[in-house]
Amino acid sequence: MRFPRRRALRPGLRTRLIAAFLLVAAISAVTTAALTYQSARSAILKQAQDQAIEQFREQIGTEYFALPTSTAALQNACRTLARAGKPHPWFVFAEYGTLRASSTNRPTSTVITDELRRRTHANAHGSFQRVIQDGTPYLTIGMPVMFDSFTDQRSGVYLYAVMDLTTEGVTIQAMVTAAKNGALPALAIAVVPALLAARSVLRPVRDLRRAASSMGKGRLDTRIEVKGSDELADLAWTFNESAEELERSVEELQKAEARARRFASDVSHELRTPLAGMLAVTEVLDEDADGLDPDTARAVRLISAETGKLATLVEDLMEISRFDAKAAELNADEVDVGETIRKTLQRRHWQDRVITQLPDGVRAMIDPRRFDIVVANLVGNALRHGSEPVTVRLRPGAGDGPLVVEVADRGPGIDAAVLPHIFDRFFKADAARTRSAGSGLGLAITLENVRLHGGTVRAANGPEGGAVFTVELPAGVLGDAPVEAAR
Amino acid sequence: MPRVLLIEDDPSVREGVELGLRRRGHEVLAAGTGEAGLASLKSFHPDLVLLDLMLPGMNGVQVCRKVRETSQLPIIMLTARGDDFDVVIGLEAGADDYIVKPARTEVIEARIRAVLRRLADPVTRSGPEFHGELALDRAGLTAARNGERLALAPSELKLLLHLAASPEQVFSRQQLLESVWEHSYHGDARLVDACVRRLRQKLGDTAGPDGAPRYIQTVRGFGYRFGPL
Repeated sequence: MRFPRRRALRPGLRTRLIAAFLLVAAISAVTTAALTYQSARSAILKQAQDQAIEQFREQIGTEYFALPTSTAALQNACRTLARAGKPHPWFVFAEYGTLRASSTNRPTSTVITDELRRRTHANAHGSFQRVIQDGTPYLTIGMPVMFDSFTDQRSGVYLYAVMDLTTEGVTIQAMVTAAKNGALPALAIAVVPALLAARSVLRPVRDLRRAASSMGKGRLDTRIEVKGSDELADLAWTFNESAEELERSVEELQKAEARARRFASDVSHELRTPLAGMLAVTEVLDEDADGLDPDTARAVRLISAETGKLATLVEDLMEISRFDAKAAELNADEVDVGETIRKTLQRRHWQDRVITQLPDGVRAMIDPRRFDIVVANLVGNALRHGSEPVTVRLRPGAGDGPLVVEVADRGPGIDAAVLPHIFDRFFKADAARTRSAGSGLGLAITLENVRLHGGTVRAANGPEGGAVFTVELPAGVLGDAPVEAAR
Repeated sequence: MPRVLLIEDDPSVREGVELGLRRRGHEVLAAGTGEAGLASLKSFHPDLVLLDLMLPGMNGVQVCRKVRETSQLPIIMLTARGDDFDVVIGLEAGADDYIVKPARTEVIEARIRAVLRRLADPVTRSGPEFHGELALDRAGLTAARNGERLALAPSELKLLLHLAASPEQVFSRQQLLESVWEHSYHGDARLVDACVRRLRQKLGDTAGPDGAPRYIQTVRGFGYRFGPL
């Protein structure tokens, strides 16, 4: 029995293993990269802003503000502070009441939010905020100016620094690119262990498949090398155990069958010798029966007739035994098939009871003796169980096709329930009829003889009623036979 | 009626066949072993030997060879089907024909007649005919090569005469079985092959240009023919 292959529907184990490997590798690479990016980014930004805040506070501490002040003075202070912005340049904005001043051309910055202002006003130690405007990241720091560093007395001047974080952004972007560039080769490299792992898993699987298929082909001594001690090794071990068990049972069955066949063969052999003596004298019985008293004559004739049947039966049993023992030989010869069939019919004086369609010049390599048995059994069967006219048709194979011999009768045909068993040994189509003229082995022997030729024989019912037996034989002829002579 | 020497070890077969043949008028001497059979050859002077292949002591093939050493007496082997290998060896040893046991007396007798009849074939031509180095005398039933008489068994002589009667005509093995052995068309073609091999050996028929036989030529796929020389 064969199941449809699933290979077409689902990707193979190898593909799935590699895909899983790559998925795992990708997830770890992306996660690692993401986490690294996250912490590196905040570290970079934090360092930048801490440094900036610290510096800003220090710078403000050194700056002196005379109060009340003017816009010009504030602007001056802003410029001084802006110049001190190193390594990051920053812009400084100052607010005092309604006064606005800056180190730039514009008095206020759009980057400084009200939120920062509120927090700067509330927190004496200053606040910061990161703002992204037009795609550029900015760090904004707000710091209240105190009268002195010991009291928390606010002077009312609030200074804001705006710093461009593009440099940090570039650094971070470079990290992302590096992570991206690193991940792809990492994935590519991950394919190698994936392939290796797939191989290490797939090799035992492949061995197993090969072994199973080899067992299926009848090589029951197939074993798998057990390597390691993993689950696959366990599987291989179990396979070997089962194979051994199977081999043992099959061997026992074969032995039992061989014994049975040998017995049948031996029995036939042993029967043959006494039969040879008996058969040689049946004619003596037949000839002298007329001179005996009626009862003795009937008994003598019965013995004579049954001896003949027994001899046929024993011969058929011997023949079947030889097929079973594979001792049957094919003595093939290239012959004219139509002529061979005609001779078979003539020899049994059937030529008047059988319609033949036998084209001339159909040549094939067949064993004439065995082919005679095939035709004689089929025609004899048709004459006995079917009704006349019996037709024998020979069709040469088209091209390299098989040649076909068809034996059809006009009888009642074969019961559909019987058809599958018609070639069985001692099978009787009619259970009530326990004995017929044949041995009950005729069709079984026919089948074996056809098989020995590498052909097939089948039984069916014809469209117009009656049984039709069809024999197909490979039409092998000698390749170098002269073509003109074959015509 | 022909005198038949029957060599058969099984008592029931021996008795059955002896009885059957005697009823049909044959003079039969039955022997239980090959040795006994060979010993009675000189005193009994049989026309034909019916020889069982499976014999205790000296087997049928050995008996056959022993007989062929001194005479071309017709020999028919009694075999059981399935002893195929022995049949071939028996034929190589020089047997003319074989019968598969068990067989009815009428079958055995028909075979005996066929083997003996070929020696009494009606003769249409007189005087020897010559084919290369061969001289065949159909009336005297002899064959000679370079003037030296050949010792041919009945089946060999009959086959040679049959083929030589129609030089260059191809006969299928089935046809030869029918006409030379009077077997059915479906008989055992190995009879023909074995006989051809024996005949070629006795004719020294390997003298062709390429070592191929000159007199009895094989036509692959079809059979045999005599010549062309």
